[in-house]
Amino acid sequence: MNITLVILGTVTVVSGATALSLRNIVRSVLLLVVSWFGIAALFLWAGAEFAAFAQALVYGGAVSMVVLFAVLLTRRNHLDATVPPPPPGRLLGALIAGGAVAGIIAATVIRTPFELANDEAPSLPVRRLGTLLMGPQLAALLVAGVLLTAALLGAVVIAAGRKDDKEGAP
Amino acid sequence: MRADAPEIDSWLERLPLIARDLLAGRLPEPWRWLAQSLVAIAVLLAAFGLLFALLTLAERKVLGRIQNRPGPNRVGWGGILQPFADGIKMLTKEDIVPRSADRLLHFLAPVALVSLSLLSLAVIPYGRRLLPLDLDSGVLYFFAASASSELAVFMAGWAGRNKYSLLAAMRALAQLISYELPLLLSVVPVVMIAGTLRPSEIVEAQSGWTIGILPHWHVLTPWGFAGFAIFMVAALAESNRSPFDLPEAESELIAGHLTEYSGFKYALFFMAEYFAMCALSGMAVTLFLGGWQAPFAALQFVPSYAWFAIKLLVLLLGFIWIRATLPRLRIDQLMRLAWKFLVPLALINLLTAAFWHLSAGWAMGAQPLRWGLALALVAVPFVLIGRGLSAGLGPRTYRYAAQ
Repeated sequence: MNITLVILGTVTVVSGATALSLRNIVRSVLLLVVSWFGIAALFLWAGAEFAAFAQALVYGGAVSMVVLFAVLLTRRNHLDATVPPPPPGRLLGALIAGGAVAGIIAATVIRTPFELANDEAPSLPVRRLGTLLMGPQLAALLVAGVLLTAALLGAVVIAAGRKDDKEGAP
Repeated sequence: MRADAPEIDSWLERLPLIARDLLAGRLPEPWRWLAQSLVAIAVLLAAFGLLFALLTLAERKVLGRIQNRPGPNRVGWGGILQPFADGIKMLTKEDIVPRSADRLLHFLAPVALVSLSLLSLAVIPYGRRLLPLDLDSGVLYFFAASASSELAVFMAGWAGRNKYSLLAAMRALAQLISYELPLLLSVVPVVMIAGTLRPSEIVEAQSGWTIGILPHWHVLTPWGFAGFAIFMVAALAESNRSPFDLPEAESELIAGHLTEYSGFKYALFFMAEYFAMCALSGMAVTLFLGGWQAPFAALQFVPSYAWFAIKLLVLLLGFIWIRATLPRLRIDQLMRLAWKFLVPLALINLLTAAFWHLSAGWAMGAQPLRWGLALALVAVPFVLIGRGLSAGLGPRTYRYAAQ
Protein backbone atom coordinates (compact mmCIF):
# COMPACT_ATOMS: atom_id res chain seq x y z
CA MET A 1 0.00 0.00 0.00
CA ASN A 2 1.24 3.42 -0.90
CA ILE A 3 1.30 5.81 2.08
CA THR A 4 0.54 8.89 -0.06
CA LEU A 5 -2.51 7.20 -1.50
CA VAL A 6 -3.76 6.30 1.98
CA ILE A 7 -3.30 9.85 3.28
CA LEU A 8 -4.93 11.48 0.25
CA GLY A 9 -7.79 9.00 0.22
CA THR A 10 -8.41 9.47 3.94
CA VAL A 11 -8.44 13.26 3.61
CA THR A 12 -10.83 13.08 0.65
CA VAL A 13 -13.26 10.60 2.21
CA VAL A 14 -13.20 12.05 5.72
CA SER A 15 -13.73 15.63 4.57
CA GLY A 16 -16.51 14.50 2.24
CA ALA A 17 -18.24 12.50 4.99
CA THR A 18 -17.86 15.35 7.49
CA ALA A 19 -19.32 17.73 4.93
CA LEU A 20 -22.40 15.53 4.71
CA SER A 21 -22.87 15.32 8.46
CA LEU A 22 -22.35 18.99 9.35
CA ARG A 23 -25.40 21.14 9.99
CA ASN A 24 -23.65 24.39 9.08
CA ILE A 25 -24.08 24.43 5.34
CA VAL A 26 -21.30 26.90 4.50
CA ARG A 27 -18.79 24.81 6.40
CA SER A 28 -20.11 21.77 4.54
CA VAL A 29 -19.40 23.44 1.21
CA LEU A 30 -15.89 24.45 2.27
CA LEU A 31 -15.17 20.90 3.45
CA LEU A 32 -16.52 19.62 0.15
CA VAL A 33 -13.97 21.88 -1.55
CA VAL A 34 -11.26 20.22 0.53
CA SER A 35 -12.57 16.87 -0.67
CA TRP A 36 -12.45 18.05 -4.31
CA PHE A 37 -8.89 19.23 -3.86
CA GLY A 38 -8.15 15.82 -2.38
CA ILE A 39 -9.42 14.23 -5.58
CA ALA A 40 -7.24 16.62 -7.57
CA ALA A 41 -4.27 15.56 -5.47
CA LEU A 42 -5.13 11.91 -6.15
CA PHE A 43 -5.06 12.65 -9.88
CA LEU A 44 -1.72 14.35 -9.44
CA TRP A 45 -0.42 11.38 -7.49
CA ALA A 46 -1.54 9.09 -10.30
CA GLY A 47 0.39 11.19 -12.83
CA ALA A 48 -2.68 12.69 -14.49
CA GLU A 49 -1.46 16.28 -14.35
CA PHE A 50 -4.04 17.69 -16.72
CA ALA A 51 -6.98 16.03 -15.00
CA ALA A 52 -5.72 17.24 -11.62
CA PHE A 53 -5.48 20.88 -12.65
CA ALA A 54 -8.77 20.70 -14.51
CA GLN A 55 -10.38 19.25 -11.38
CA ALA A 56 -8.91 22.03 -9.21
CA LEU A 57 -9.93 24.72 -11.70
CA VAL A 58 -13.45 23.49 -12.36
CA TYR A 59 -14.41 22.23 -8.90
CA GLY A 60 -12.24 24.35 -6.62
CA GLY A 61 -12.58 27.49 -8.68
CA ALA A 62 -15.97 27.41 -10.37
CA VAL A 63 -18.35 24.81 -8.94
CA SER A 64 -17.58 25.84 -5.36
CA MET A 65 -18.44 29.44 -6.25
CA VAL A 66 -21.74 28.42 -7.79
CA VAL A 67 -22.65 26.24 -4.80
CA LEU A 68 -21.78 28.98 -2.30
CA PHE A 69 -23.69 31.53 -4.34
CA ALA A 70 -26.74 29.28 -4.40
CA VAL A 71 -26.49 28.72 -0.65
CA LEU A 72 -26.26 32.41 0.12
CA LEU A 73 -29.05 33.36 -2.26
CA THR A 74 -31.48 30.81 -0.81
CA ARG A 75 -30.91 31.56 2.90
CA ARG A 76 -33.48 33.81 4.48
CA ASN A 77 -31.13 34.89 7.23
CA HIS A 78 -27.77 35.19 5.54
CA LEU A 79 -25.71 34.94 8.68
CA ASP A 80 -27.45 31.81 9.90
CA ALA A 81 -26.38 28.95 7.68
CA THR A 82 -27.53 25.99 9.75
CA VAL A 83 -30.00 23.49 8.35
CA PRO A 84 -32.32 21.32 10.46
CA PRO A 85 -31.76 17.55 10.32
CA PRO A 86 -33.80 16.00 7.49
CA PRO A 87 -37.08 14.19 8.22
CA PRO A 88 -36.88 10.34 8.17
CA GLY A 89 -38.76 10.04 4.89
CA ARG A 90 -36.30 12.26 3.08
CA LEU A 91 -33.38 10.48 4.69
CA LEU A 92 -34.72 7.15 3.42
CA GLY A 93 -35.22 8.55 -0.09
CA ALA A 94 -31.71 9.95 -0.09
CA LEU A 95 -30.32 6.62 1.08
CA ILE A 96 -32.15 4.72 -1.67
CA ALA A 97 -31.17 7.16 -4.42
CA GLY A 98 -27.58 7.45 -3.22
CA GLY A 99 -27.33 3.69 -2.75
CA ALA A 100 -28.62 3.11 -6.28
CA VAL A 101 -26.07 5.49 -7.79
CA ALA A 102 -23.28 4.02 -5.68
CA GLY A 103 -24.38 0.51 -6.71
CA ILE A 104 -24.36 1.38 -10.41
CA ILE A 105 -20.94 2.98 -10.16
CA ALA A 106 -19.53 0.10 -8.11
CA ALA A 107 -20.97 -2.47 -10.53
CA THR A 108 -19.50 -0.59 -13.49
CA VAL A 109 -16.09 -0.36 -11.84
CA ILE A 110 -16.10 -4.05 -10.93
CA ARG A 111 -17.32 -5.25 -14.32
CA THR A 112 -14.98 -3.08 -16.38
CA PRO A 113 -11.80 -4.95 -17.25
CA PHE A 114 -8.90 -2.64 -16.38
CA GLU A 115 -5.53 -3.17 -17.92
CA LEU A 116 -3.16 -3.41 -14.99
CA ALA A 117 -0.71 -0.56 -15.24
CA ASN A 118 2.97 -1.27 -14.93
CA ASP A 119 4.95 0.36 -12.14
CA GLU A 120 5.72 3.31 -14.39
CA ALA A 121 2.79 5.71 -14.64
CA PRO A 122 2.11 6.47 -18.29
CA SER A 123 2.87 10.10 -19.04
CA LEU A 124 0.50 11.63 -21.54
CA PRO A 125 1.42 15.04 -22.90
CA VAL A 126 -1.42 17.55 -23.00
CA ARG A 127 -1.10 17.81 -26.76
CA ARG A 128 -1.79 14.10 -27.25
CA LEU A 129 -4.60 14.26 -24.73
CA GLY A 130 -6.18 17.02 -26.78
CA THR A 131 -5.91 15.10 -30.04
CA LEU A 132 -7.36 12.02 -28.37
CA LEU A 133 -10.29 13.97 -26.92
CA MET A 134 -11.00 15.75 -30.19
CA GLY A 135 -10.48 12.66 -32.35
CA PRO A 136 -11.34 9.10 -31.25
CA GLN A 137 -13.08 10.15 -28.01
CA LEU A 138 -15.11 12.98 -29.54
CA ALA A 139 -18.40 11.05 -29.32
CA ALA A 140 -17.95 10.37 -25.60
CA LEU A 141 -17.07 14.01 -25.01
CA LEU A 142 -20.19 15.17 -26.85
CA VAL A 143 -22.41 12.69 -24.99
CA ALA A 144 -21.05 13.91 -21.67
CA GLY A 145 -21.62 17.50 -22.74
CA VAL A 146 -25.21 16.82 -23.82
CA LEU A 147 -25.88 14.95 -20.56
CA LEU A 148 -24.58 17.85 -18.49
CA THR A 149 -26.62 20.35 -20.50
CA ALA A 150 -29.73 18.24 -19.95
CA ALA A 151 -28.99 18.13 -16.22
CA LEU A 152 -28.54 21.90 -16.19
CA LEU A 153 -31.85 22.43 -18.00
CA GLY A 154 -33.53 20.05 -15.56
CA ALA A 155 -32.14 22.02 -12.64
CA VAL A 156 -33.44 25.26 -14.15
CA VAL A 157 -36.89 23.69 -14.66
CA ILE A 158 -36.98 22.43 -11.07
CA ALA A 159 -35.81 25.75 -9.70
CA ALA A 160 -38.20 27.83 -11.79
CA GLY A 161 -41.18 25.49 -11.37
CA ARG A 162 -42.75 26.90 -8.20
CA LYS A 163 -44.37 30.14 -9.23
CA ASP A 164 -46.86 30.43 -6.35
CA ASP A 165 -44.13 30.69 -3.73
CA LYS A 166 -44.34 33.29 -0.99
CA GLU A 167 -42.38 36.54 -1.28
CA GLY A 168 -43.55 37.05 -4.86
CA ALA A 169 -41.79 36.48 -8.15
CA PRO A 170 -38.31 37.94 -8.43
CA MET B 1 14.97 25.03 -14.81
CA ARG B 2 15.74 24.37 -18.43
CA ALA B 3 19.22 24.15 -19.78
CA ASP B 4 19.03 24.40 -23.56
CA ALA B 5 21.79 26.20 -25.43
CA PRO B 6 20.57 29.54 -26.75
CA GLU B 7 22.74 31.68 -28.95
CA ILE B 8 22.81 34.53 -26.47
CA ASP B 9 24.30 33.14 -23.30
CA SER B 10 26.35 35.73 -21.44
CA TRP B 11 27.50 35.31 -17.86
CA LEU B 12 24.82 37.81 -16.84
CA GLU B 13 22.21 35.49 -18.28
CA ARG B 14 23.57 32.59 -16.28
CA LEU B 15 24.24 34.60 -13.12
CA PRO B 16 21.18 33.41 -11.16
CA LEU B 17 21.96 29.79 -11.97
CA ILE B 18 25.60 30.21 -10.98
CA ALA B 19 24.52 31.73 -7.68
CA ARG B 20 22.08 28.90 -7.11
CA ASP B 21 24.68 26.24 -7.83
CA LEU B 22 27.10 27.93 -5.45
CA LEU B 23 24.48 27.50 -2.75
CA ALA B 24 23.17 24.07 -3.62
CA GLY B 25 25.87 22.47 -5.76
CA ARG B 26 27.98 21.07 -2.95
CA LEU B 27 25.26 18.82 -1.65
CA PRO B 28 25.07 15.13 -2.63
CA GLU B 29 22.68 14.18 -5.44
CA PRO B 30 19.38 13.34 -3.70
CA TRP B 31 19.56 16.53 -1.65
CA ARG B 32 20.64 18.80 -4.47
CA TRP B 33 17.27 18.73 -6.15
CA LEU B 34 15.54 19.62 -2.89
CA ALA B 35 18.02 22.39 -2.16
CA GLN B 36 17.62 23.83 -5.64
CA SER B 37 13.85 23.87 -5.27
CA LEU B 38 14.13 25.49 -1.85
CA VAL B 39 16.46 28.14 -3.25
CA ALA B 40 13.98 28.84 -6.04
CA ILE B 41 11.14 29.15 -3.52
CA ALA B 42 13.17 31.39 -1.23
CA VAL B 43 14.17 33.64 -4.13
CA LEU B 44 10.56 33.89 -5.31
CA LEU B 45 9.35 34.75 -1.81
CA ALA B 46 12.10 37.29 -1.26
CA ALA B 47 11.78 38.93 -4.67
CA PHE B 48 8.01 39.21 -4.64
CA GLY B 49 7.94 40.12 -0.94
CA LEU B 50 10.26 43.03 -1.66
CA LEU B 51 8.35 43.90 -4.80
CA PHE B 52 5.17 43.93 -2.71
CA ALA B 53 6.72 46.36 -0.23
CA LEU B 54 8.01 48.65 -2.95
CA LEU B 55 4.78 48.41 -4.94
CA THR B 56 2.69 49.65 -2.03
CA LEU B 57 5.05 52.60 -1.80
CA ALA B 58 5.02 53.15 -5.57
CA GLU B 59 1.24 52.96 -5.59
CA ARG B 60 0.89 55.55 -2.85
CA LYS B 61 3.49 57.79 -4.45
CA VAL B 62 2.01 57.55 -7.94
CA LEU B 63 -1.54 58.01 -6.67
CA GLY B 64 -0.30 61.00 -4.72
CA ARG B 65 1.35 62.54 -7.75
CA ILE B 66 -1.75 61.98 -9.88
CA GLN B 67 -3.91 63.57 -7.19
CA ASN B 68 -1.48 66.47 -6.83
CA ARG B 69 -0.10 65.66 -3.38
CA PRO B 70 3.34 64.37 -2.37
CA GLY B 71 2.37 60.95 -0.95
CA PRO B 72 4.30 59.38 1.95
CA ASN B 73 7.59 61.26 2.35
CA ARG B 74 8.55 61.11 6.02
CA VAL B 75 10.10 57.70 6.75
CA GLY B 76 13.53 57.28 5.25
CA TRP B 77 14.81 59.16 2.22
CA GLY B 78 11.76 60.59 0.48
CA GLY B 79 9.55 57.95 2.08
CA ILE B 80 11.41 54.89 0.80
CA LEU B 81 11.22 53.12 4.18
CA GLN B 82 7.46 53.69 4.55
CA PRO B 83 6.47 50.08 3.69
CA PHE B 84 8.77 48.73 6.39
CA ALA B 85 7.35 51.15 8.96
CA ASP B 86 3.90 49.99 7.89
CA GLY B 87 4.97 46.37 8.27
CA ILE B 88 6.15 46.97 11.83
CA LYS B 89 2.93 48.81 12.59
CA MET B 90 0.84 45.93 11.23
CA LEU B 91 2.84 43.34 13.15
CA THR B 92 2.48 45.11 16.46
CA LYS B 93 -1.24 45.81 16.15
CA GLU B 94 -3.74 43.84 18.16
CA ASP B 95 -5.34 40.95 16.33
CA ILE B 96 -9.07 41.29 16.95
CA VAL B 97 -11.46 38.43 16.26
CA PRO B 98 -15.17 39.26 16.70
CA ARG B 99 -16.86 37.19 19.41
CA SER B 100 -19.48 35.72 17.09
CA ALA B 101 -17.06 35.08 14.24
CA ASP B 102 -16.34 31.65 12.84
CA ARG B 103 -12.89 31.55 14.40
CA LEU B 104 -11.45 28.78 12.25
CA LEU B 105 -12.50 30.29 8.92
CA HIS B 106 -11.58 33.75 10.15
CA PHE B 107 -8.05 32.51 10.67
CA LEU B 108 -7.88 30.32 7.57
CA ALA B 109 -9.04 32.93 5.07
CA PRO B 110 -5.92 35.17 4.94
CA VAL B 111 -3.61 32.16 5.12
CA ALA B 112 -5.39 30.41 2.26
CA LEU B 113 -5.46 33.60 0.21
CA VAL B 114 -1.73 34.27 0.47
CA SER B 115 -0.71 30.65 -0.10
CA LEU B 116 -3.00 30.27 -3.11
CA SER B 117 -1.75 33.48 -4.70
CA LEU B 118 1.84 32.38 -4.11
CA LEU B 119 1.19 29.05 -5.83
CA SER B 120 0.47 30.70 -9.14
CA LEU B 121 3.85 32.44 -9.17
CA ALA B 122 5.60 29.09 -9.60
CA VAL B 123 4.95 28.43 -13.30
CA ILE B 124 5.80 31.81 -14.79
CA PRO B 125 9.02 31.80 -16.85
CA TYR B 126 10.95 34.74 -15.42
CA GLY B 127 13.87 34.38 -17.77
CA ARG B 128 15.45 32.15 -20.37
CA ARG B 129 16.72 29.88 -17.62
CA LEU B 130 14.64 31.08 -14.70
CA LEU B 131 11.65 28.81 -14.54
CA PRO B 132 10.85 27.51 -11.07
CA LEU B 133 8.45 24.84 -12.27
CA ASP B 134 8.13 23.69 -15.90
CA LEU B 135 4.76 21.96 -16.14
CA ASP B 136 3.30 20.48 -19.29
CA SER B 137 -0.06 22.05 -18.43
CA GLY B 138 1.36 25.08 -16.65
CA VAL B 139 -1.22 27.54 -17.95
CA LEU B 140 -3.99 25.36 -16.58
CA TYR B 141 -2.14 25.07 -13.26
CA PHE B 142 -1.86 28.84 -13.09
CA PHE B 143 -5.57 29.40 -13.48
CA ALA B 144 -6.46 26.51 -11.17
CA ALA B 145 -4.32 28.06 -8.46
CA SER B 146 -5.56 31.59 -8.91
CA ALA B 147 -9.25 30.71 -9.34
CA SER B 148 -9.48 29.30 -5.85
CA SER B 149 -8.37 32.55 -4.26
CA GLU B 150 -11.84 34.05 -4.43
CA LEU B 151 -12.93 31.19 -2.20
CA ALA B 152 -10.70 32.66 0.48
CA VAL B 153 -12.29 36.09 -0.01
CA PHE B 154 -15.65 34.44 0.51
CA MET B 155 -14.37 32.71 3.67
CA ALA B 156 -13.15 36.05 4.99
CA GLY B 157 -16.45 37.73 4.26
CA TRP B 158 -18.55 34.99 5.72
CA ALA B 159 -16.48 34.26 8.82
CA GLY B 160 -16.76 37.78 10.19
CA ARG B 161 -20.54 37.52 10.75
CA ASN B 162 -20.96 41.04 9.54
CA LYS B 163 -23.46 42.30 6.99
CA TYR B 164 -20.93 44.37 5.10
CA SER B 165 -18.48 41.51 4.96
CA LEU B 166 -21.13 39.13 3.71
CA LEU B 167 -22.22 41.57 1.01
CA ALA B 168 -18.58 41.74 -0.02
CA ALA B 169 -18.42 37.95 -0.13
CA MET B 170 -21.48 37.82 -2.39
CA ARG B 171 -20.05 40.48 -4.65
CA ALA B 172 -16.73 38.68 -4.79
CA LEU B 173 -18.43 35.45 -5.83
CA ALA B 174 -20.54 37.14 -8.49
CA GLN B 175 -17.52 38.94 -9.82
CA LEU B 176 -15.38 35.85 -9.98
CA ILE B 177 -18.01 33.75 -11.73
CA SER B 178 -18.47 36.51 -14.28
CA TYR B 179 -14.85 37.33 -15.03
CA GLU B 180 -13.38 33.85 -14.89
CA LEU B 181 -14.99 33.15 -18.24
CA PRO B 182 -13.53 36.05 -20.29
CA LEU B 183 -10.17 35.55 -18.57
CA LEU B 184 -9.98 31.92 -19.66
CA LEU B 185 -11.52 32.58 -23.07
CA SER B 186 -8.92 35.25 -23.80
CA VAL B 187 -6.15 32.74 -23.11
CA VAL B 188 -7.57 30.02 -25.34
CA PRO B 189 -6.43 31.71 -28.64
CA VAL B 190 -2.85 31.84 -27.33
CA VAL B 191 -2.98 28.14 -26.53
CA MET B 192 -4.54 27.46 -29.94
CA ILE B 193 -1.87 29.36 -31.86
CA ALA B 194 1.11 28.23 -29.79
CA GLY B 195 -0.26 24.69 -29.64
CA THR B 196 0.86 24.12 -26.07
CA LEU B 197 -0.12 24.72 -22.46
CA ARG B 198 3.51 24.95 -21.32
CA PRO B 199 4.39 28.58 -20.48
CA SER B 200 8.02 28.26 -21.60
CA GLU B 201 6.94 26.99 -25.03
CA ILE B 202 4.42 29.82 -25.35
CA VAL B 203 7.32 32.23 -24.81
CA GLU B 204 9.41 30.35 -27.37
CA ALA B 205 6.54 30.61 -29.85
CA GLN B 206 6.85 34.41 -29.68
CA SER B 207 10.58 34.50 -30.41
CA GLY B 208 12.06 36.12 -33.49
CA TRP B 209 11.84 39.53 -35.11
CA THR B 210 10.79 40.88 -38.48
CA ILE B 211 13.72 42.93 -39.84
CA GLY B 212 15.17 42.95 -36.34
CA ILE B 213 12.80 45.49 -34.83
CA LEU B 214 9.30 44.02 -34.93
CA PRO B 215 9.01 41.27 -32.32
CA HIS B 216 6.66 38.35 -32.96
CA TRP B 217 4.76 38.93 -29.75
CA HIS B 218 1.17 37.86 -29.65
CA VAL B 219 0.01 41.33 -28.65
CA LEU B 220 1.14 42.63 -32.05
CA THR B 221 -1.41 40.52 -33.92
CA PRO B 222 -5.11 41.45 -34.17
CA TRP B 223 -6.34 38.51 -32.08
CA GLY B 224 -3.50 38.94 -29.63
CA PHE B 225 -4.26 42.60 -29.08
CA ALA B 226 -7.93 41.88 -28.45
CA GLY B 227 -7.02 38.95 -26.20
CA PHE B 228 -4.54 41.07 -24.26
CA ALA B 229 -7.11 43.81 -23.70
CA ILE B 230 -9.76 41.31 -22.53
CA PHE B 231 -7.21 39.53 -20.35
CA MET B 232 -6.12 42.74 -18.65
CA VAL B 233 -9.69 43.88 -17.96
CA ALA B 234 -10.57 40.47 -16.55
CA ALA B 235 -7.32 40.40 -14.58
CA LEU B 236 -8.21 43.73 -13.00
CA ALA B 237 -11.53 42.23 -11.96
CA GLU B 238 -9.97 38.97 -10.74
CA SER B 239 -7.51 40.75 -8.49
CA ASN B 240 -10.27 42.99 -7.09
CA ARG B 241 -8.44 46.08 -8.25
CA SER B 242 -10.06 49.40 -8.99
CA PRO B 243 -12.32 49.98 -10.93
CA PHE B 244 -13.57 46.49 -10.03
CA ASP B 245 -12.92 46.75 -6.29
CA LEU B 246 -16.59 46.29 -5.43
CA PRO B 247 -15.93 43.56 -2.86
CA GLU B 248 -13.92 45.93 -0.71
CA ALA B 249 -15.44 49.27 -1.74
CA GLU B 250 -14.25 51.44 1.16
CA SER B 251 -16.84 54.12 0.64
CA GLU B 252 -19.92 51.90 0.57
CA LEU B 253 -19.01 48.62 2.27
CA ILE B 254 -16.43 49.94 4.77
CA ALA B 255 -13.80 47.76 3.07
CA GLY B 256 -16.09 44.71 2.78
CA HIS B 257 -14.46 41.46 3.69
CA LEU B 258 -11.64 43.33 5.42
CA THR B 259 -14.00 44.96 7.92
CA GLU B 260 -13.42 42.45 10.70
CA TYR B 261 -9.70 42.05 10.16
CA SER B 262 -6.94 43.92 11.89
CA GLY B 263 -3.22 43.74 12.36
CA PHE B 264 -1.17 41.36 10.32
CA LYS B 265 -4.11 39.41 8.94
CA TYR B 266 -5.24 42.66 7.34
CA ALA B 267 -1.77 43.09 5.86
CA LEU B 268 -1.89 39.53 4.52
CA PHE B 269 -4.92 40.42 2.42
CA PHE B 270 -3.01 43.26 0.84
CA MET B 271 -0.02 41.04 0.30
CA ALA B 272 -2.23 38.51 -1.46
CA GLU B 273 -3.78 41.21 -3.63
CA TYR B 274 -0.37 42.40 -4.80
CA PHE B 275 0.88 38.85 -5.33
CA ALA B 276 -2.19 38.09 -7.43
CA MET B 277 -1.63 41.29 -9.39
CA CYS B 278 2.00 40.34 -10.00
CA ALA B 279 1.06 36.79 -10.99
CA LEU B 280 -1.64 37.89 -13.43
CA SER B 281 0.64 40.56 -14.92
CA GLY B 282 3.41 38.00 -15.20
CA MET B 283 1.06 35.64 -17.00
CA ALA B 284 -0.04 38.48 -19.31
CA VAL B 285 3.62 39.16 -20.11
CA THR B 286 4.18 35.47 -20.78
CA LEU B 287 1.11 34.96 -22.93
CA PHE B 288 0.98 38.18 -24.92
CA LEU B 289 4.07 40.33 -24.43
CA GLY B 290 6.68 37.78 -25.43
CA GLY B 291 7.70 36.78 -21.91
CA TRP B 292 11.40 37.36 -21.38
CA GLN B 293 12.12 38.12 -25.06
CA ALA B 294 13.84 41.38 -25.91
CA PRO B 295 11.80 43.87 -27.98
CA PHE B 296 14.61 44.34 -30.54
CA ALA B 297 17.11 41.82 -31.79
CA ALA B 298 19.91 44.27 -31.04
CA LEU B 299 18.95 44.44 -27.37
CA GLN B 300 19.43 40.76 -26.64
CA PHE B 301 22.58 41.43 -24.66
CA VAL B 302 20.37 42.62 -21.80
CA PRO B 303 19.60 39.54 -19.68
CA SER B 304 16.19 38.02 -20.28
CA TYR B 305 15.02 38.33 -16.68
CA ALA B 306 15.60 42.09 -16.88
CA TRP B 307 13.22 42.29 -19.85
CA PHE B 308 10.66 40.30 -17.93
CA ALA B 309 11.01 42.61 -14.94
CA ILE B 310 10.64 45.72 -17.12
CA LYS B 311 7.49 44.42 -18.78
CA LEU B 312 6.06 43.32 -15.44
CA LEU B 313 6.70 46.71 -13.87
CA VAL B 314 5.14 48.53 -16.82
CA LEU B 315 1.98 46.44 -16.47
CA LEU B 316 1.89 46.97 -12.69
CA LEU B 317 2.26 50.73 -13.15
CA GLY B 318 -0.62 50.49 -15.62
CA PHE B 319 -2.72 48.86 -12.87
CA ILE B 320 -1.88 51.77 -10.54
CA TRP B 321 -2.59 54.35 -13.20
CA ILE B 322 -6.00 52.79 -13.89
CA ARG B 323 -6.77 52.86 -10.17
CA ALA B 324 -6.10 56.58 -10.10
CA THR B 325 -8.13 57.26 -13.23
CA LEU B 326 -11.34 55.23 -13.30
CA PRO B 327 -14.23 55.41 -10.84
CA ARG B 328 -15.65 52.22 -9.38
CA LEU B 329 -18.32 50.39 -11.39
CA ARG B 330 -21.78 49.61 -10.10
CA ILE B 331 -22.53 45.92 -9.65
CA ASP B 332 -24.97 45.84 -12.58
CA GLN B 333 -22.45 47.60 -14.81
CA LEU B 334 -19.84 45.07 -13.73
CA MET B 335 -22.09 42.16 -14.67
CA ARG B 336 -23.12 43.72 -17.97
CA LEU B 337 -19.53 44.43 -18.93
CA ALA B 338 -18.59 40.81 -18.35
CA TRP B 339 -21.52 38.95 -19.84
CA LYS B 340 -22.67 41.23 -22.64
CA PHE B 341 -19.35 42.68 -23.73
CA LEU B 342 -16.25 40.73 -22.75
CA VAL B 343 -17.61 37.20 -23.20
CA PRO B 344 -18.99 37.79 -26.74
CA LEU B 345 -15.80 39.60 -27.74
CA ALA B 346 -13.68 36.78 -26.35
CA LEU B 347 -15.74 34.21 -28.26
CA ILE B 348 -15.39 36.20 -31.49
CA ASN B 349 -11.68 36.46 -30.75
CA LEU B 350 -11.53 32.66 -30.89
CA LEU B 351 -12.80 32.90 -34.47
CA THR B 352 -10.25 35.60 -35.25
CA ALA B 353 -7.46 33.41 -33.92
CA ALA B 354 -8.74 30.45 -35.92
CA PHE B 355 -8.79 32.59 -39.07
CA TRP B 356 -5.28 33.84 -38.29
CA HIS B 357 -4.05 30.29 -37.83
CA LEU B 358 -5.67 29.02 -41.04
CA SER B 359 -4.48 31.97 -43.13
CA ALA B 360 -0.88 31.66 -41.96
CA GLY B 361 0.16 30.26 -45.32
CA TRP B 362 -1.20 33.09 -47.43
CA ALA B 363 1.18 34.63 -49.95
CA MET B 364 3.00 37.89 -49.26
CA GLY B 365 0.62 39.84 -51.48
CA ALA B 366 -2.41 38.59 -49.57
CA GLN B 367 -1.00 39.66 -46.21
CA PRO B 368 -2.70 43.09 -46.19
CA LEU B 369 -6.01 41.31 -46.83
CA ARG B 370 -5.28 38.90 -43.98
CA TRP B 371 -4.49 41.75 -41.60
CA GLY B 372 -7.48 43.74 -42.77
CA LEU B 373 -9.90 40.85 -42.30
CA ALA B 374 -8.50 39.98 -38.87
CA LEU B 375 -8.57 43.61 -37.75
CA ALA B 376 -12.14 43.91 -38.98
CA LEU B 377 -13.05 40.76 -37.03
CA VAL B 378 -11.72 42.47 -33.91
CA ALA B 379 -12.86 46.03 -34.43
CA VAL B 380 -16.34 45.66 -35.96
CA PRO B 381 -17.84 43.53 -33.13
CA PHE B 382 -16.18 45.81 -30.58
CA VAL B 383 -17.82 48.90 -32.07
CA LEU B 384 -21.17 47.20 -32.72
CA ILE B 385 -21.54 45.59 -29.27
CA GLY B 386 -20.26 48.74 -27.59
CA ARG B 387 -22.76 50.90 -29.48
CA GLY B 388 -25.54 48.45 -28.67
CA LEU B 389 -24.74 48.47 -24.97
CA SER B 390 -24.51 52.22 -24.69
CA ALA B 391 -27.64 52.85 -26.81
CA GLY B 392 -30.16 54.96 -24.94
CA LEU B 393 -27.53 56.17 -22.51
CA GLY B 394 -27.31 59.72 -23.73
CA PRO B 395 -24.95 62.32 -22.42
CA ARG B 396 -25.40 62.71 -18.69
CA THR B 397 -27.49 65.62 -17.52
CA TYR B 398 -26.83 67.10 -14.10
CA ARG B 399 -30.24 67.97 -12.73
CA TYR B 400 -29.19 69.17 -9.31
CA ALA B 401 -25.69 70.41 -9.82
CA ALA B 402 -24.97 73.82 -11.25
CA GLN B 403 -24.13 73.74 -14.95
